[in-house]
Amino acid sequence: MKHAVPAARSGSKLPVVAIAGNPNTGKTTVFNRLTGSDRKVGNYPGVTVERHTGRLDLPSGRAIEIVDVPGTYSLSARSREEEIAIQAVAGLAPLEPPDAVVLVVDATQLSRNLYIVLQVLELEVPLVVALNMMDSLVARNEEIDVARLSRDLGVPVVPMSGSQGTGFEELAAQIERVLADPQVGTPGSRWIPVTEALSADVSAVSSKLPREWTRSSASRERALALWALLSLDESDEWAGIPAELRAIVIERRVLAQAADRHIDLEVIRGRYGWIDARIDTFVKRKGPIAKSLSESIDAVLLNPVAGFAIFLVLMAIVFQALFSWTDPLMQLIEGGFDSLSGVISSVLPSGLFQQFVTGGVIAGFGSIVVFLPQILLLFLFIGLLEDTGYMARVAFLMDRSMRMLGLHGRAFVPMLSGYACAVPAILATRTMERQRDRTLTMMVIPLMTCSARLPVYTLVIGALFPAGVLLGFVPTQGLLMIGMYLFSTLMAFVAAAVLSRTLFKATAVPLILELPPYRYPHWPSVLRMMIQRSKAFLFQAGGVILVISIVLWALLTFPRDATLETRIATARAVVATQSGSPEEIAGRQVSAEDELRAEVLRSSYAGRLGHAIEPVIAPLGFDWKIGIGLIGAFAAREVFVSTMGVVYGVGDSVDEESTTLRAKIKDETRTNGSRVYTPLVGLSLMIFFALACQCMSTLAAVYRETKSWGWPVFLFVYMTVLAWVASFAVYQGGRALGFE
Amino acid sequence: MKALHEIRPGARARLTRFVGGDRSFHRRLMELGFLPGTSVRLVRCVAVGDLVELEVRGSHISLRRSEASELRFELEG
Repeated sequence: MKHAVPAARSGSKLPVVAIAGNPNTGKTTVFNRLTGSDRKVGNYPGVTVERHTGRLDLPSGRAIEIVDVPGTYSLSARSREEEIAIQAVAGLAPLEPPDAVVLVVDATQLSRNLYIVLQVLELEVPLVVALNMMDSLVARNEEIDVARLSRDLGVPVVPMSGSQGTGFEELAAQIERVLADPQVGTPGSRWIPVTEALSADVSAVSSKLPREWTRSSASRERALALWALLSLDESDEWAGIPAELRAIVIERRVLAQAADRHIDLEVIRGRYGWIDARIDTFVKRKGPIAKSLSESIDAVLLNPVAGFAIFLVLMAIVFQALFSWTDPLMQLIEGGFDSLSGVISSVLPSGLFQQFVTGGVIAGFGSIVVFLPQILLLFLFIGLLEDTGYMARVAFLMDRSMRMLGLHGRAFVPMLSGYACAVPAILATRTMERQRDRTLTMMVIPLMTCSARLPVYTLVIGALFPAGVLLGFVPTQGLLMIGMYLFSTLMAFVAAAVLSRTLFKATAVPLILELPPYRYPHWPSVLRMMIQRSKAFLFQAGGVILVISIVLWALLTFPRDATLETRIATARAVVATQSGSPEEIAGRQVSAEDELRAEVLRSSYAGRLGHAIEPVIAPLGFDWKIGIGLIGAFAAREVFVSTMGVVYGVGDSVDEESTTLRAKIKDETRTNGSRVYTPLVGLSLMIFFALACQCMSTLAAVYRETKSWGWPVFLFVYMTVLAWVASFAVYQGGRALGFE
Repeated sequence: MKALHEIRPGARARLTRFVGGDRSFHRRLMELGFLPGTSVRLVRCVAVGDLVELEVRGSHISLRRSEASELRFELEG
C-alpha cells in the first residue's frame, strides 16, 4: 500500500532528521530539547502510531524538521511500532528516507546500543551518534574515549546529557555538518559477512531486492539483504514485501538449516564480534565496579512482600488523587461554566438562541474542560512513573495477574484510573507499546465503576432500598454500593478474558522487559506530556463531545412549544391570585413552572424517543420516562439525575440526595396503579448503568486514540447489549422468583 | 547443561544455546546481547510475578520463567 507523504512534509521542503534509538535512552528528552515550541503530533500514514515532529534551527540559521521515531532495540521488528521505526530509519515504503538519522545511545550501556548503530551504518543513512547520559558515567567509575569511538565508527559522536542539557549545540553543529556533506555520516558498513556461505546467502537475496530500496548502493544492498534474511520467514508480519524476496529468504534459510548453519546467529554474532573486539578500548574503567543503586532499590521494590505493599500504597495514592483531589477543581470548572451560562442568559435576549448557547454550546464546552484536572493529574503520575523507570516495575509485578486476563502488565494503571473516570484512563493506554494491548484495554476500561455512576447509584439506592443494617452492623445501602463495585470489576475481568481470547486473540508474544536504571524524572518532559495529552484530548475528542452535546440538547428541546413562556407566565399569574403566604405562593409558582417544563420535555424528540424505545426497555422493567433519562445520560451518566428531575417536574437543579426527587420516584405508578420503581427495577437500572456505555466522552476518547469509528461503535454496541442482557436476566429472573 | 531454574539467584552462568522454536524471541534476545558464550547473571527470581531478571552486558532484562526455560546455560566458576 502506497501512502501519501505525511502532511507535515509535503508543504515544506525542510530536510528531515529522524531521532531514533533504543527505548530508555532518553531519546524523547533529546527530541524535546532540540525542538522549540513548534511541535506537531500526527500519525504515521495508515496506522495509529503517533508521529511527533518539530523544527530545529541549525547554527547557520537553516531550519530542519526533526521526527521522533519510536524506540527500537534493532532493525528487526516485534511490534507495529518497531516496524514503523525501521521504515522511518531505513526509508522503506511507505515512508520516505530521512536526510539524516540521529541515534541516541545510552553511554552506560554502550555495547548493546552499538548494535543498532552498526545496522544503521550498514544502511548508509547519514548518521550522527548522540552519546547520551554521559553524566551517569562518573558514578559508574567509567569513562568513554569519544574520539576513539568516533574514529572506529567513522561518524560524528557527540557526548551529551539530555537531562542536564549539555552537548546540544555540538549535536546541532554535527547534524548541520552531516546534512552539508552526507559522506561524513556514511562511512559504510563496519562489518561484512566473512564466511563464504553467508556471503552466498546475501548475494542470492540481493538479486531479489526491489530497486527503489537499494538505490544502487552496494553496501545498502548488502544491508537490506541481511535485514531480509533476519526479518522474513513464513510467518513474518511485514506488509509490502515482494513475494519472490520472501521466497528466496525462506529457500536460503532451509538450505542453511540443512547445513546445520544458523543465519540469525551468524549475522548477530558478526556485529557483536566487531563490538566486543573494541568495547574495552571505548569504555575505560576508572575504579572498581560500583554497586548498582538501582539493584539495591529493586531489592526492596521488587520484593514479593515489601515491593507489593509499596506498589499498592503508590496505586492507592494515584487513585485517591484522581478520585477526590481533583474534585474541587472540577466543581470550580463546572461552577465557572454555570456562571458563564448565567451571564450569557442575562446578556442575550431570552429565546431559542440563548438556550442554544447556554444549553448546547457552553454546556458542551463545560463537559470537555471538566476532564482536564483528571487528565493532567493522571499524566503527571504516568510521566513520573515512566521517567523514573518504575512503570517497567509495575509491568514486572503485575505481569502474571494481568496476563491471566489477557492484558499487558502495564494495563494496570489505566484500569485503576478507570474507577475514577474512563476518559483519562483511555488516554493513559498510550503507556503500552502494542496497538492490540492498547485497544483491548480501552474496550474493558469503561466497565469499571467510574465516579459518574455514583450519583445514579446513590439516587436509586436512596429512593428504593431502605436504610438498615445486616447482621447488626453492616449497612445494607453501603453493601449494595460495594456490591456494584465488585460486580463491575468482575465484569471487566470477564470481558478482558473473553475479548483477549476471541476478537483480540493473538499469538502469545514472549515477554522481554527491560528494567532500566532508576533515574530522576525530567520535569520539562513530564510537563510537556501532560500538556500534549490534554491538548490532544481538547482538540480531537473535544470536537466530537461538542457535537454530541448539541445534538442531545436539540433532542431534549425540540419541537419547541413557542407558547411555553406565555403559559408559564399565565400559570404564575393564576397562582399569584390564590390565597396563602408569599412563600407558599412562590413555591407553588415554581412547581407549576416545573410541571409545564416537564410536559414540554415529555413531548420533545427525546420524549418521543423514550416512548419509541419503551418496548425494548420494558422487559428490563423500565418505562418511557426512564427511557428519556437514559437518552439524556448519554451526555454523561450523572445527567440521568437532572434529566429525571425535569421529567418528574421537580426542576433540573436536583441532585441525587434530593428528597423530592426520591419521593417522586418512589410514588410513581403505572396506569394499573402498580409502582414503577420497585427495588427490583432499581437493581435492574443499576446493572444497566454499570454495563452500558452511557458516555459520549468515552466514545470520543476511544475514537481519538484508535483513529477509527469502528472501535467506539463496537464498544457502544457490545456494552449496551451486555447491559440489556444482564438487566433482562436480573429483572425477569427476579420476577420469576416472586419479586416485583 | 542447565536450565534457568537450576541456577541460584545471584550466580553467573554462560549461555550455551536456545531450545525451542520461537525465532523472533530468540533473535531479539541475541540482539540484546544474549549470544551463546555470553556471561549472564541471574539477578532474581520473583515468585509472585513469575518472572526472572537477568543481567547481560550491563542491562537488566526480565523474562517470564516459562519462556526463559528455552535458554540453556553452563555454570561458570
